[in-house]
Amino acid sequence: MLQLEDLVLAQGDFRLQADLAVPGGGRVAVLGPSGGGKSTLLAAIAGFIAPQRGRILWQGRDLAPLAPGARPVSMLFQDGNLFPHLTIERNLVLALDPRGRLTPERRARIEAALARVGLAGFGPRRPSALSGGQQSRAALARALLSERDLVLLDEPFAALGPGLRAEMLDLVTEVLGAAGRTILMVTHAPDDALRLGDLALVVDEGRAAAPTGVEALLRDPPPGLRNYLGH
Amino acid sequence: MRRLAGWPGAAASGLVLALVLAPLGAVLWRAGGAGWPEPADWAALRFTLWQAALSALLSAALAIPVARALARRRFPGRDLLVLVLGAPFILPVIVAILGLIAVFGRSGLLNAALGPLGLPPLPIYGWHGVVLAHVFFNMPLAVRLILQGWLAIPAERFRLAASLNAPVWRLLEVPMLARVLPGTLAVIFLICLTSFAVALTLGGGPRATTVELAIYQALRFDVDFGRAVTLALIQVALCASGAALVQRARLPDAFGAGLGRSVQRWDGGHVLDALVLGLAMLFLLSPMTMIAWRGAPGLLHLPPEVWGAALRSLLVALAATALTLALALPIALWGRSLGTFAALLPLATSGLVTGTGLFLLVHPLIAPRLVALPVTVLVNAAMALPFAWRALAPAIEAAEAGHGRLADSMGLRGWTRLRWLLLPALARPLGFAAGLAAALSAGDLGVIALFAAGDQATLPLMMARLMQAYRMEAAAGAALLLIALSLGLFWLFDKGGRRAAA
Repeated sequence: MLQLEDLVLAQGDFRLQADLAVPGGGRVAVLGPSGGGKSTLLAAIAGFIAPQRGRILWQGRDLAPLAPGARPVSMLFQDGNLFPHLTIERNLVLALDPRGRLTPERRARIEAALARVGLAGFGPRRPSALSGGQQSRAALARALLSERDLVLLDEPFAALGPGLRAEMLDLVTEVLGAAGRTILMVTHAPDDALRLGDLALVVDEGRAAAPTGVEALLRDPPPGLRNYLGH
Repeated sequence: MRRLAGWPGAAASGLVLALVLAPLGAVLWRAGGAGWPEPADWAALRFTLWQAALSALLSAALAIPVARALARRRFPGRDLLVLVLGAPFILPVIVAILGLIAVFGRSGLLNAALGPLGLPPLPIYGWHGVVLAHVFFNMPLAVRLILQGWLAIPAERFRLAASLNAPVWRLLEVPMLARVLPGTLAVIFLICLTSFAVALTLGGGPRATTVELAIYQALRFDVDFGRAVTLALIQVALCASGAALVQRARLPDAFGAGLGRSVQRWDGGHVLDALVLGLAMLFLLSPMTMIAWRGAPGLLHLPPEVWGAALRSLLVALAATALTLALALPIALWGRSLGTFAALLPLATSGLVTGTGLFLLVHPLIAPRLVALPVTVLVNAAMALPFAWRALAPAIEAAEAGHGRLADSMGLRGWTRLRWLLLPALARPLGFAAGLAAALSAGDLGVIALFAAGDQATLPLMMARLMQAYRMEAAAGAALLLIALSLGLFWLFDKGGRRAAA
């Protein structure tokens, strides 16, 4: 379980408050208007922003003393999710060993993960030789390999077309969801939220609300979300 | 968040500061023995200021039409032209001087053409030659700096001006020049303040001696430490003021990418631009061509001591390159302002002042000629450091901005961060920086002249001696060898970096 206890994040004039819990294995869409603080919330969980107040706990353990790389968190950013100068295989092995040493055993695991996202045999290629969708798949394969329980998706599929985006969301559910990961995904599109799964939380007017059932939320949105969705 | 250990950068910065400031300290410490400047010293100061100002003005004035032509024309060979503009920077000074003598000298091409017309021959020795050589080196630099300014004007503004039929020159270009020119003038002024090899070979005498040259003469011929210290103090004050000027004027970026573009415009002047570019290329390429022309026969019967000098130059260049990178990389990775200060400080110092200080430091201990080559390596590495740092620092910043968070979230720190994030992104700039350091060091004629005994000359010093003995054919042969060495080293390192990055 992920707990945000009386959390306050501050960046310049901007303040965001959160006091909520996400059940282990939950798949949560993070909704809300641009500039509302969705990315800030994820950045704090990943360890890029230190809270002004409050605690972030994973399985009851305070994450504050842990550097981003030491947290049980895999993060997919809006772009730049692969090192462009390394092959896919080299990119992925960093999830297994920060020193990047390739062993036959690791090669086999990488190949299996690539096969799982439909990229069998792509290991020796550079990211630039892959399409946008394929790059997203490779990044998902790395999140799968890293065996970190919490996966944060900061609109990594925003640049893809609607069809591809739906495909990637299914893959997230199928691959990472099936592996029991807890997933938080920032999105603008209600369809994406429905597609991802069960829960959604709204970040608006300086507050992150507790996650609720996504269908119920979209059927009867709170006023802020209603304006944002244009209903 | 500390991702890389800080001590290598701190140590490298400390070393550089010591290397630059300890000789300065030695000069100040001996300043007790310095007398009030003599009339000849004041004359050197006046000439230094005057020639630097004139060189800066001429370089910038000539560069404006060239930069404008490059900014508004697209034609085949334009990229090559921009490349030629970068060549004087890594061309050994002494080689270029020999080429200039071949074109503008008493028996050069120009006077051979003027003679039959009944015109008097133009002199190259004296202040004319000093300014001519400075314009040859700095006009291309000015073009690159001013071209940046031109290309920074958004294309939409030109479109808007064209649709309004407004005068582009007064509306867009004069304000841009007003912004770019002060920095350009200041940096060329600073470069010309510390020029030594040009003054040594083309200047001299009571009317064309720079402070830098006067220091050399005081130490080397008169063995007058007091006078050398007086002159060194004058030079320190000059450099500090020059550096302050550059700092105030905010230098535009000559290294920046994107000189390959040109902006589409709707004003005329095709013929004028073609003429301007043709003349500029003639000015830059004819000396280089003359060296190849005159040097080729000389290559066949080079004096045997030239080969020894070439080997010494190669070793000095390789050692200085290794040292430059060993200093620049940790300082750039460290990214603190103290490191930036240390990396840029050598730009504001003069080789001969540092040389004088080192001379004063080692002189009581051992004969300076015994350490001639190590001292040259040290000083050359310090001189190349600002350029190497400028190549590396932006690449590190870009790699961290693009993928730093990803590396953080994957827990890449220390050596693994260097190995997987930074070094791959740095292969190209590292190769470029190494090439620059090697070429600058191989072609440098500075402190080595202060320290070397007869049998210790590097190739540039050997060339200067051959020229002073009027053995021009042998000098031209040695010049070709030196070009091959400097440009060859630059090409090899740069290519190596590109290949590693591919």
